[in-house]
Amino acid sequence: MSVQAMPAIGIKEQPLPAALTAKDLKTIDRIAGINIVVAVLALSIGALFGVFQGLEHAKVFNIYPFLQPVIKTYYQGLTLHGALNAVVWTTFFICGFFTFVFPRSFNRPLRYPWLSWVAVITMIVGLVTAAVPMLTNNATVLYTFYPPMLAEWSFYLGLTLLVVGSWIVGFNFYFTYYAWRKENPDKRAPFLALAITITMVMWQIATLGVAAEILFILLPNALAPVLGFPAPGLDPLLSRTLFWWFGHPLVYFWLLPAYVSWYGMMPAQTNGKMFSEPLARLVFWLFLLLSTPVGFHHQYADPGIPEIWKFIHMVLTMGVGFPSLITAFTVVASLEIGARARGGKGYLRWIGRLNWGDPSYAGQNLAMILFIFGGIGGIINASYNVNMAVHNTMWVPGHFHLTVGSAVTLSFFAIAYWLVPKLTGHKLFTKWMALAQVWTWFFGMLFFSNAYHTLGLLFSVPRRTMLGEAPYYDSAWNPQMMESVLGLVFLSISATLFFAIMLFTWIIPRKLDKPIEMPVAEPLNPNPAPKWLDTWWPWLNGAIALVIISYGPMLFQLISNMTTWSKGIRVW
Amino acid sequence: MSEQAHGPEHESAHPEAHEGQGVHVEKWEGIWIRISVAMVFVFILAIVISATAFGISVPGASGRMDPATLNDADNPFSQPGLRELAPGKYEAYIVAQTWNFLPDRIEVPVGSQVTFHITARDVIHGFKLAGTNVNVMALPGQVATLSATFDTPGDYNYICHEYCGYVSGAPIGHHTMYGVLTVLPADAAEATQSTN
Ligand code: HEM
Ligand SMILES: [Cu+2]
Ligand SMILES: [Cu+2]
Repeated sequence: MSVQAMPAIGIKEQPLPAALTAKDLKTIDRIAGINIVVAVLALSIGALFGVFQGLEHAKVFNIYPFLQPVIKTYYQGLTLHGALNAVVWTTFFICGFFTFVFPRSFNRPLRYPWLSWVAVITMIVGLVTAAVPMLTNNATVLYTFYPPMLAEWSFYLGLTLLVVGSWIVGFNFYFTYYAWRKENPDKRAPFLALAITITMVMWQIATLGVAAEILFILLPNALAPVLGFPAPGLDPLLSRTLFWWFGHPLVYFWLLPAYVSWYGMMPAQTNGKMFSEPLARLVFWLFLLLSTPVGFHHQYADPGIPEIWKFIHMVLTMGVGFPSLITAFTVVASLEIGARARGGKGYLRWIGRLNWGDPSYAGQNLAMILFIFGGIGGIINASYNVNMAVHNTMWVPGHFHLTVGSAVTLSFFAIAYWLVPKLTGHKLFTKWMALAQVWTWFFGMLFFSNAYHTLGLLFSVPRRTMLGEAPYYDSAWNPQMMESVLGLVFLSISATLFFAIMLFTWIIPRKLDKPIEMPVAEPLNPNPAPKWLDTWWPWLNGAIALVIISYGPMLFQLISNMTTWSKGIRVW
Repeated sequence: MSEQAHGPEHESAHPEAHEGQGVHVEKWEGIWIRISVAMVFVFILAIVISATAFGISVPGASGRMDPATLNDADNPFSQPGLRELAPGKYEAYIVAQTWNFLPDRIEVPVGSQVTFHITARDVIHGFKLAGTNVNVMALPGQVATLSATFDTPGDYNYICHEYCGYVSGAPIGHHTMYGVLTVLPADAAEATQSTN
């Protein structure tokens, strides 16, 4: 897909811009609303299991005997926690948020409004299809589903449909983008629309890996007993490699929507402006370029992958840290403009003048603060040999509850605090509850993740383990376990508040004080960005080339030496 | 970032910068971009130095082995355990399987260098020697090889850190899968050696 600005002088007539009507908006908002309802429900159940897990680890309370026969094991719950939070909550929220923002940013209806219905229905059918085996303990493979562990076929089919549904969301954006470009050959695509499209294209490249794993490896093996043909067998290392082709850009698929808001919306929520709009675009292009060719950093500890490839991916991983470092500066500068416009003074005192009273602003700012720690931890994880100290220990859940569990999730909470009132036309229930919600999440995750980081680093406590039943449980872990329980207390309150706020805002028709507008940050500098920051082909081709260079040789070797020694097994 | 970084007067300073194809970059922004690039290179350099100078590294390519052959008489994994190669030099063949390690007890004298060969029989397992950098995935079909020297006596747990299954109500499962490597102090080591 290379959508370039067309020359201004052409023979063809420019199509007239399509107007965004109230009817279009109604459809868009309904679809966004459905997505968000699913997302919030998923998170509510997911977070509940998170609390159960934390209490089990600290030996405070092992709830699993009481969940029989509905939930069979800790690991079935953990599968649900990972899938519902990291896959369902994120993907549905993102698709809903993007569907809401994208046409408004272009001020143009979606090219095919019905395609959005197809997308959301496909995603929901996929979710239900995958949920049934998870809830019946037929897919207790955790959300990474590493074979040779093999779930029931419907689990993989459901995941496939969920991903395909999200692709369709993207396709609709690409068609719309193309139509808009024809109508506006000389304009720069607005930042929000461009950033959203880049995110979806990145997701497209990313999901090819997991699509190949599911279609060519997992489904044939899972379907064999059902359809009565002999199972072809599988290669665990090849499967893992295809999974992690997808697994790292997955985390950017979670993060970039938060960046969309941090760059393009949040400054407007504190009277600020986008400090450097062109640089914001560059950041998104760099993510398109560098998100995928880094997956071996999840396989540093895998045998069978030569060190040189791990090293190359390590270098590229450090490279993908670069756009986030820029973000740290640019976003803070944008907020500083706002704080100063609000009367802020001094080198740091202006921070107090940010719009802390607005939960939608405060939540995102707190999310950023936790992301600083998450980012530092990420650089440590990426550090190849240092990774050996922490790989697969509790350090890792400590890390990603700061990133996806806080930077992303807390930002989405905050976005929901303007989006849900906007969608329902009801006043937020209530501002104070929402402020309490974001602050409790902030402190909860701070304690929780600090404790887990420490457990992993100091004591090598393994992750993904029902620790309360482990014979090697050590009382030396107690101080950190107690700290994590303190975090759990905050998090339980926070998760309950979030669910209550969403529910009550929806069902209690309190009148809005004033109509809600989607926040859009104006660029500080009104001059349009240079054209190369609005041109697809160099970035897209570059991204594809980098993937081929960084994965091609190793995948070629893995595929040509592929074995089928392993057969899928059920170990739960 | 200072107050002067982006006042309005600064804006009007370079109006021409926006006309061309370049991105207009503020002073402090430019400095930060340079710092960021430098940081990225420093990180990479630090890793290269630690990997080359201190030999801290990650598992690399290794042998492959059909898990179905693990019990064959000529397969070294058919007799999992510790072998002495030379005084103070050992190799350990370890099989990870649902839900234990073979063997789950290893004893070496202090100062020994041990080369671990680890593979998995059924699903993916993990192997981390608590408190050390010995950390590797055990994949069916792959043999991971890595070595470590043990200079401090004591018990080191090796723990399976990748979920490998558990059946509700069973006495064992992923969370019970571990072993202990004991590094014997010098005098105790001699005692065991002579009884062997
Ligand atoms: C109330 C809030 C939460 C609590 C108390 C919580 C707690 C936990 C705990 C204790 C674990 C298990 C660690 C282990 O045994 O390895 C875990 C795993 C995980 N959590 Fe959370 N969590 C929460 C929210 C979230 C959110 C919001 C997300 C993502 C959006 C998330 C994503 C994950 C993932 C991906 C895993 C790893 C699952 C796996 O290893 O397969 N969690 N969480
Ligand atoms: Cu990653
Ligand atoms: Cu195991």
